[in-house]
Amino acid sequence: MPGITREEVAHLARLARLELKPEELEHFAGQLDDIIGAVARVSEVADQDVPPTSHPLPLTNVMRADEVRPSLTPEQALSAAPAQEQQRFKVPQILGED
Amino acid sequence: MTTTTDLVSYEDALATYDPVMGLEVHVELGTRTKMFCGCSTELGRDANTQTCPTCLGLPGALPVVNSIGVESAIKIGLALNCEIAEWCRFARKNYFYPDMPKNFQTSQYDEPIAFNGYLDVQLEDGEIFRVDIERAHMEEDTGKSTHVGGATGRIHGASHSLLDYNRAGIPLIEIVTKPIEGAGERAPEVAKAYVRELREVIKALGVSEARMEMGQMRCDVNLSLRPHGREKFGTRSETKNVNSLRSVERAARFEIQRHAAVLNDGGTIIQETRHFHEDTGSTTSGRVKEEAEDYRYFPEPDLVPVAPSREWVEELRGGLPELPRVRRNRLLEEWGIGATDMQSITNAGALDLIVATIEAGADAASARKWWMGELARSANESGTSLDGLAITPEQVARVTALVTSGDLNDKLARQVIEGVLAGEGTPDEVVDKRGLKVVSDEGALTTAVEEAIAGNPGIADKIRGGKVAAAGALVGAVMKATRGQADAARVKELILEKLGVSEG
Amino acid sequence: MTDSIIIKLTAAEIAAKIASGELTAVQVTEAHLARIEAVDEKVHAFLHVDREGALAQARAVDEKRERGEKLGPLAGVPLALKDIFTTVGIPTTVGSKILEGWIPPYDATLTKRLKDADVVILGKTNMDEFAMGSSTENSAYGPTGNPWDLTRIPGGSGGGSSASLASYQAPLAIGTDTGGSIRQPAAVTGTVGVKPTYGAVSRYGMVAFSSSLDQGGPCARTVLDAALLHEVIAGHDPLDSTSIDAPVPPVVEAARNGSVEGMRVGVVKQFRGEGYQAGVLQRFDESVALLKELGAEIVELDCPSFDLALAAYYLIAPSECSSNLARFDGLRYGLRTGDDGTRSAEDVTSLTREAGFGPEVKRRIMLGTYALSSGYYDAYYGSAQKVRTLITRDFEKSFEKVDVIVSPTTPTTAFPIGERADDPMAMYLADLCTIPTNLAGNSAMSLPCGLAPEDGLPVGLQIIAPALKDDRLYKVGAAVEAAFVEKWGHPLLEEAPSL
Ligand SMILES: [Mg+2]
Ligand SMILES: [Zn+2]
Repeated sequence: MPGITREEVAHLARLARLELKPEELEHFAGQLDDIIGAVARVSEVADQDVPPTSHPLPLTNVMRADEVRPSLTPEQALSAAPAQEQQRFKVPQILGED
Repeated sequence: MTTTTDLVSYEDALATYDPVMGLEVHVELGTRTKMFCGCSTELGRDANTQTCPTCLGLPGALPVVNSIGVESAIKIGLALNCEIAEWCRFARKNYFYPDMPKNFQTSQYDEPIAFNGYLDVQLEDGEIFRVDIERAHMEEDTGKSTHVGGATGRIHGASHSLLDYNRAGIPLIEIVTKPIEGAGERAPEVAKAYVRELREVIKALGVSEARMEMGQMRCDVNLSLRPHGREKFGTRSETKNVNSLRSVERAARFEIQRHAAVLNDGGTIIQETRHFHEDTGSTTSGRVKEEAEDYRYFPEPDLVPVAPSREWVEELRGGLPELPRVRRNRLLEEWGIGATDMQSITNAGALDLIVATIEAGADAASARKWWMGELARSANESGTSLDGLAITPEQVARVTALVTSGDLNDKLARQVIEGVLAGEGTPDEVVDKRGLKVVSDEGALTTAVEEAIAGNPGIADKIRGGKVAAAGALVGAVMKATRGQADAARVKELILEKLGVSEG
Repeated sequence: MTDSIIIKLTAAEIAAKIASGELTAVQVTEAHLARIEAVDEKVHAFLHVDREGALAQARAVDEKRERGEKLGPLAGVPLALKDIFTTVGIPTTVGSKILEGWIPPYDATLTKRLKDADVVILGKTNMDEFAMGSSTENSAYGPTGNPWDLTRIPGGSGGGSSASLASYQAPLAIGTDTGGSIRQPAAVTGTVGVKPTYGAVSRYGMVAFSSSLDQGGPCARTVLDAALLHEVIAGHDPLDSTSIDAPVPPVVEAARNGSVEGMRVGVVKQFRGEGYQAGVLQRFDESVALLKELGAEIVELDCPSFDLALAAYYLIAPSECSSNLARFDGLRYGLRTGDDGTRSAEDVTSLTREAGFGPEVKRRIMLGTYALSSGYYDAYYGSAQKVRTLITRDFEKSFEKVDVIVSPTTPTTAFPIGERADDPMAMYLADLCTIPTNLAGNSAMSLPCGLAPEDGLPVGLQIIAPALKDDRLYKVGAAVEAAFVEKWGHPLLEEAPSL
């Protein structure tokens, strides 16, 4: 497997919303490279005709009735909010689509 | 906002290019509770009163699937002639956005619950166009953000935003078409007709009210152009969250013109999301992302697979209501009207109201006449939809009954309806309060007729002379004297009788 | 009865004495609170001690008894709860700065069950941040010492829970096991830990690390105590879609009737070799010999896919965690950093996560983000899920031949704090023998099987049973435990130095 570059680490950090410091980028690049080198072994089985397992137990169709259950009070919902206003969570400006 | 290039005229664009569309429609289900938790979905409640650990994404909370959400998805799939998966899973779509509490949306990815279907839609001229359906899958809605400090509540320039998660987790069904090819210049019309027909299907199934103006149904319009004769699709743009039928058509039309302009100039279309502006009928570019989205989908480990038994699927299929197109064709025959009449009835959103009025006892012709005439005008004036008017089909049926029995004539009936719409009460109450009753008292009528003859000797002479048509003027005089409450037909009979003339 | 006697009682003994009136729950709770006061400064097993809450619960138990109400089998017994389960009114930090001071508005199902059973919750125990680690060194609130040697690790991620048991601060504790976080700490502290079958204990309110692997379970000093706790916390929960809707296996009955007579016990070839400490293998071999003496038939097993288990685990767990931990964005709860009025929500989220997560958590988030990203998914995540199938099949084939499998719990005894701190690959090896069970979803236990001759530190014996057959763990575990105690003349923990 190809070595993981600093740029790749920076890209991953952006996807994962981690504002890594330059020295962390360097450090993680080396460590991720080692770990990925080791875990890449799993691709030995990539060609095998085996179904993947996403859930350890073969349960299906676990559903609930469409019945209302009590919600939290807004006070409870907002109890840990770093900031709030008008019974809403107050967050910094969103760099969204306009 | 980016500036737009000068547009190419629609005709010129179509002369050079062939449009290909893809439509993605999100429908909010009308379940009592959210998709993965027991919070109520009732609209219009105070902010953050309908949240729980699960839909707030609190640490440790887990989802459990709403069975009616799954049932609704299967019904929609069946109504769209889809295959229903024997086994499928939910997947996590990972991306950060403040309106999404877990920072992933629980959705479906490569294993949708319904796939490979079609919907036949009828165009204005009666032509049927088949739209192939790629898939219908289950997912959840996001919360709502209000942007504070910027102009008109927009993100742009806002200093901060406020989040209400009441909507977060409300069940959504996303319905995606296959690329729609071959519509040519009718592409925008097909888009609109498709969304309209889909809305009718959803409503008929009873799984959602599908009110676009309330965001219960929203459409993303993907559009690309390719030169005539070329098979390969061009690069597409994705116009997000278009929320009215008219806008769907306009957005498609605008994008065709915009793409053509860019391509004619030798430019390239950027694959991007765009926003439609109701006021100008144009689209503008969304934020250009410096990096391609990578949603890192993977099977949702907190939810087990959904494997609808074939018995259940067949039971649901057996319970499907008559679908809109079949129903329209049946009613069209029953009522003996043409395709264009039916089209205007559906366009006006009057079909269910007319049917309900007939079910309440009115005859088909009267029910159609009132809803498509007086009431349509009234709705138009007040800028509401027909079903938003303050009158029920039962009340309309009552008015027609009063006309049939001769208690009201059309003119009085209109006044009764006006009174009901103005909130003066039921038709009978309006009749009472306004004193609107056809004067059928022969004595009173005879007196009025005699007075009219005496007051208009010239006209009376003409009638005596055989000009029966002139009787209209005397009828008018009588009606005026009785403030419209006389039975016009009876008045005419009396006039002719008094003047010794017989009709024809 | 003096405090020093009370704290050495087993949970079963405490419950019996409270039921008979020989002790009050308040007396028992006070004895443990005093012990915490005396030794936890050195051990650092607890992140939060809920003195008032514990005493109130204890008083309620005593009042119940006075009213003549029937008490549950663990009523009044103190317990140390891993700080990964939500508790109304009590901070829940998951060992992370990003949740410092977070007071949940809801109780985990497990928390509720403990309360309903009148178990007295003493407080919340230290752990590797978000349960990622094998040493508890990754806690944002400092490491926990191993009561056998405070300069060594108590295992992880549930080091606070295992250390609280081994230092007699609590007779019962709760752990969670994603790759061995109950069993490995039990092994290195000379205590008992059980990872039940996946789905046996509700995950609702247990802060997720890797959803398809995480499983809460009992920690104790004896097999019977673990069984009693197992029965209290296991059972179907409609709030957890992956919860098993079936009766809990009869674990207490099994623990009371330990026996391996006529049982077939498997020894897997792959759980041996390079990296295993000699003293660990020695104690393990003695355990196998003991099982044979007790009437078990020993069967050699070959599970080739187990060699890929560690690699598969270090793809699946980071992938799921990268998604599970996305919710910590500084917007709705927990830490928020860098909100100076000019920065965007996006930037504040990135700064918050940078400041709030420790290096191991970041490393795993990055690894998982990589493994799930387009272009790599099939080679990494997809293949790892295939390995999972192969491991499950190896277990299935094995359980056709044997009733349980045994192995060392972890390849080495407790290593010194700091030794593997910046060598993730070395750290990951601690879970070599425990991970296959998490990947397949079946059940396993660790119990003490002696001290390694070279360092005098505890060695754990792992017993693995098929899914839903958790009772077999207790049947075998109780037999082995009884035989060892008879051989040693006392429980192993009595050889631990006093603090
Ligand atoms: Mg979607
Ligand atoms: Zn909710």
